[in-house]
Parts: sequence; C-alpha cells; structure tokens
Amino acid sequence: MGTGLIIGSLLFLVAAGLTLIFGVLGVVNFAHGSFYMLGAYLALTVYRLTGHFAIAVIAAGIGVGLFGWIFERFLMRKVYKADVLMQLLVCYAVVLIMDDVVKIIWGAEFLSMGMPEAFQAPPFFIAGGVVPVFYVYLIAAAILIALALWAILTFSRTGKIIRAAAQNPTMTSALGINTSLIYAAVFAFGGVLAGLAGGLAAPVRSMSPGMGFSILIESFIVTVIGGMGSVSGALLGALLIGLIRSFGTIGFPLFVEGLMFLAMVLILILRPNGLLGKETRT
Amino acid sequence: MNSKNAQVLNSPKRRLVIQTAASVAGISSLGFPAISLAQNKPIRVGMPTILSGRVAMLGQSSSNAAIMEVEKFNASGGFGGRKIELIIRDSKGQPQEAARVARELVTAEGCEILIDAEASSGAFAVHEVARDLGVLVIHTCSETSSLTADPKMRTPMSFRCARQGVHDAIIGGAYAAKVAKEKNLRRWMTCSPDYAYGRDTTAEFAEYIKFFNKDIEFVGEAWPKLFQADYSEVITRLLQVNPQAIYSCLWGGDLTSFIDQATIYALFSGKQFFAVNTADYAVLTNVKNVPAGLHSGNRYLQSFPNTPANTSWTTSYQGKFKSLPLNWAWQNAASVQFLTTAIKKAKSTDAKKIAQALDGLTIDSPFGANGKLTLRADDHTLVDYALAWGELSGKEPFMKSPVPGNWKQITELEAEWKKRKGFV
Repeated sequence: MGTGLIIGSLLFLVAAGLTLIFGVLGVVNFAHGSFYMLGAYLALTVYRLTGHFAIAVIAAGIGVGLFGWIFERFLMRKVYKADVLMQLLVCYAVVLIMDDVVKIIWGAEFLSMGMPEAFQAPPFFIAGGVVPVFYVYLIAAAILIALALWAILTFSRTGKIIRAAAQNPTMTSALGINTSLIYAAVFAFGGVLAGLAGGLAAPVRSMSPGMGFSILIESFIVTVIGGMGSVSGALLGALLIGLIRSFGTIGFPLFVEGLMFLAMVLILILRPNGLLGKETRT
Repeated sequence: MNSKNAQVLNSPKRRLVIQTAASVAGISSLGFPAISLAQNKPIRVGMPTILSGRVAMLGQSSSNAAIMEVEKFNASGGFGGRKIELIIRDSKGQPQEAARVARELVTAEGCEILIDAEASSGAFAVHEVARDLGVLVIHTCSETSSLTADPKMRTPMSFRCARQGVHDAIIGGAYAAKVAKEKNLRRWMTCSPDYAYGRDTTAEFAEYIKFFNKDIEFVGEAWPKLFQADYSEVITRLLQVNPQAIYSCLWGGDLTSFIDQATIYALFSGKQFFAVNTADYAVLTNVKNVPAGLHSGNRYLQSFPNTPANTSWTTSYQGKFKSLPLNWAWQNAASVQFLTTAIKKAKSTDAKKIAQALDGLTIDSPFGANGKLTLRADDHTLVDYALAWGELSGKEPFMKSPVPGNWKQITELEAEWKKRKGFV
C-alpha cells in the first residue's frame, strides 16, 4: 500500500499538469516529459549551487513554469486550431530540441543528485512495511500540492476563470477576460507542476537526456484512466497505477507492465471518459 | 665538339633517350599526381553508434576514445601517409536506424571498414548489413556472447573487440562463490533488467556461482524494465523475500537510481550486493553513498590493471575530453589499436587483407591482463583483457583489492559452455 502511494505521488504531479493543460486548452502536451526532465536538471544545478533541496525544487518549478509560458506563447499558440498531427509534430520537435539542449548543457552521461543530508535517516518500519523518510516528505508534498490545486481551481477567482475558459472560451473572452493570458498561465502552471515533480524526483532518479519519455507514457495511462482533463481523476489514476505496480510485483511479477495497460483498456471499454472524466472536468 | 661526340648526340640512340625522357616527364606530370592522390586518399572508417537519447553516453565515450586513437595514428604519419578518416553517425539507439546508417556509411560514404559501437540490439543489425555488403566490421560494445560464439553469426570479416557476458559470468561466479563461502551466503536473489542482456547474463551468473558453490540457492527474482524510473515495488519485493545476497546486472543510470532508492529503504543493510556493472566511472561518480558490501566486476578503472600505461591512457583521455573514460571507451580505443596494427601488418588498406591480419592478432595494450590483447582466431573475439571483481568503496581507487580473473579457467569453462550451447 505504502509503495503504491510512493509511486503514485510523483506520477500524480506529472499527470496533473498534463491533464490540466488538456482540460483547459484541449491540447495534449506531448512535450510534458521534457518539462519534467528540465525540472530535474534545473533542480540539480540549483542544488549544487546552493546545497539546499527545497530551494532547488522551488527553482525547478519556477524555471519550468517560465519555460511553459514561453513554449505556449511562441509555439503552441500557433497550432491551437491546427489538427492534432501538427500539434504532435511541434511537441515532438521540442522534445528532440530539449534532449539536445540538455546534452549540450549537462552532458550525455547520466547524472545523479544524491540524497540530501536532511533525508539520510533510517526508514520508518510501519506494520511490517518499510517507509523511507524521503518518501514521507514526497507524499506530503504531493498531497499539499493536490490540495492547493483543488482549492485554487474550486474557490479562487483565477480557478473559476480557468474553469470558465475551459467550458466556453468565447463567452469568457466576451466577458472581457483575456483568455490568451489564461491559456499561457495554464501552460505555465502545468510546467510548474512538472518542474516540481522533476525536482522532487531528482534525489532518487538518475537524470539523462530523454528521461522524460518513460514518465510521459505512464502519465498518459494515468490521465486516460482518471479521465482526460480531470485533476482529481489524475490523482485517482496515479494511485491506482501505483497500487497495480505494487501488488502486481508480488502477484504477477512478469506481467506488471501488462497489468497497467490492461487496466487502461478495461477502463476505456467500461468508462470511455475515464473514472472521473465527466464529473470533474475542469 | 669532336666528330665522335657529334655522332653519339645525333645517333638514333640519342633520339630514343630523349624520347624516353620526354615520355617519362609527361607521365610524371600527368600520372604521378594521380598515384600520389591515391596514396593520400584517407582510409574511411564508419562508426554507427548511439549519440542521442538515454544511452548517449555509450556513443559519446566510444567515439571520444576512437577519435583519440585515430588522431594518434594520423599524427604518427598514418599508413604510408594515408590517414584514417572516422565518420561517426547517430543511430539513436534504434536497431533499424543502426542498420540504415551502417549501410549508408558503406554505400554513400565509401567506408570499407566499420567500427560498430552499437549496443547489442543494434550490433546484430549492423552485423547483418556488414555480412550482406562484405565489409570488415569490428563490434566494440555488444557483450552478448552469441554474437561471436554462435558459428551461424561468424564471418571471416567480423570481429568483436569488447568484453563478453560469459567471461564476466565465469569470473563473477567464481568470485561471488568464494565470498559466499566466506560469509556463509546461501539465500540469493536476482534483480536485473528485463531484456535479452539482463536475462542471459543473470542466467549465466547463476549457472557459474552454483558451479563453484553447490550451497547457493536462488529464492527469488525481480525483473524491472529497462530505463525504469521507480524501483519501489522491486525493492519492496526484495525486502519481503529478504535474501542474504543480491545479484544484479542493472547498468548506467538504472543502476544508480536503484542503489539510491534501495539505500533509503535500508535494503543493503546486512546484505551483500553483487552488481557486475558498478565499477565504471559513470556509476561510481554518481552514487553518492556507496553501501558497504557492494561488489562489482571492473568495467573500466584506471587503477586496474594498475600499470603506468593504463593510468597514462586515462590521463590523456581525461585531459582531452574533461571526463573519465567508461568501459565502452577502452573497448573502442583497443579496436582502433587493433585496426591500425593490422593495416601495418597487412601492408594494405584492403579490408580482406586487414581481416586476415586481425585473425589471431595480439597487440600491446594498456587494457590487457598482462599488457597484451588478442583477437582469438577461433571465434574472432577479444580475450586476455583485464578482468577482475572486488568490493567497492566510494573513492579512488574504488576497488581496493581487485581479484583478477584467471584466463586459463575462463577459456576452459567457456569451451564447455560453447559445447553445451551447441556452438562447437
């Protein structure tokens, strides 16, 4: 159970940004894995400069948020009305460019941040299970971010505008709201979430050019299961995938990957919009 | 001028001499430049490798080392003034792209020699292209034993200048069996990447550790996928089964992530961890907390073999590229050393003659167990390279007391293994 939570926490952070962008803009950001990769590398650099993990994670979130803003303003905005293939091509081009940029700046070899001193403590032993200290913080951070995201989208004026823009952009624009600014902000916010995820993962996951690809695949599975565009669905989907992987390793060690895709196929057949696709579409 | 001299000058013989001289001069002015052009024509060597994606460090370290050795050869005058031109192409780690790039290097770039710095999946694809086009190929990164052990794969024009899975399994098995006896480690578990290399290498290690120590029992196995980011569920399983020792052939960033994640679960507490691919600078410089009881085979260490030649080679590499050489680097450096020696031995740049010269060739090399490397004539594969296992620490020399492999034992057991596999 604990393992499922650990796996699900990071997956949620990446998938939440992906699903938020899709929910508001109707665009599938295939470059989202690159956002995550950039976050991890930025966190590494800031951590090496400051020696402070929290600053490194926040800097990664801000840095990737800025990158998301630029990405939306100069590239994605041009292809909102184009077909999906064109959007896919633009995103794929950015993925390739970012992989090369990372290689030029940080090198082709993989890099590792190492565990910050604050988390180098013996793990907790709870009910026969082992829970590392770092993962307790990671789960807490994911829960906090999920709550903040829910509160912003549900209660704040900005959240209401975002939801309005997602439902009816023309009407929202007619009411004098700058929807293009909202779109850029949503992309930036998706970037912040991916950047935070990359930064939080940096102490336990090695970094290399192209590292965003595998997490992108898992994030897509999560968003499809949870419901494209549903942030709470992303949370549910991430936890479900975490649990499937956790219990699958014990029961079906040779079919863990297969189980994940099987779950996705079953949900697509039984609930084509995903678990929470209809109810909580932002 | 006396009459005798005048007769000589005006005789038909004199005219013949003048005509011959003129002809020679004419040929000199037209033909010799053509000959000298051919003599200066570079020897084009193609190198398909992986320069992008998650395994880009393979191509980077491979090409760095090859470039360094080619520059040395060219600076020393090349072969009768002819220099090697190394043409490097990115396969992006995809076998079909490796095959396409290899074919293009031969047909469009005019390379008659390929240094194939592809991982195993790409190497088999390049091998078939080389066989089809009849060009000389030296594989420098694939460790899959069947590439050269299987007679169906063998051609007179193909060689492997790289370590081999079965060699590592034999000396790893012998070393681990000895440690297991000393520490009474009976319950073992494996955790290796779920693809051909991981499955084959793990099976071979399990076979040889049991061969050397009959008390070993494997109580479980875990197969994380290649490039898996999160090992939580795998680590949880290892904790549940709770073996005394774990074997793994995870490599590169996957191995670093696994060690980092397993450390915070205290997985290594009270356990011995045998990870064949740890002793490579890419891993050693990234694992910040090397756990106690971590054992590895040497991939590349400047401290093993502990010779001035090996240290000097590392210093040259590091000075030129500002990074430490990896396992793939020494293998590619050795391949260029073999190639240039063979060109000189064959006194030719003809690929077939070079292949004949490579057959059974022994060279002086910093990477040899005894200062020498051989491309064995039987199966065109590299032998006598420096092999060792040992316990690791977190700083230079990383492996304080390497236990060198015994090449006599390796050769004998490898021959038996080939018989069992039906390769002989």
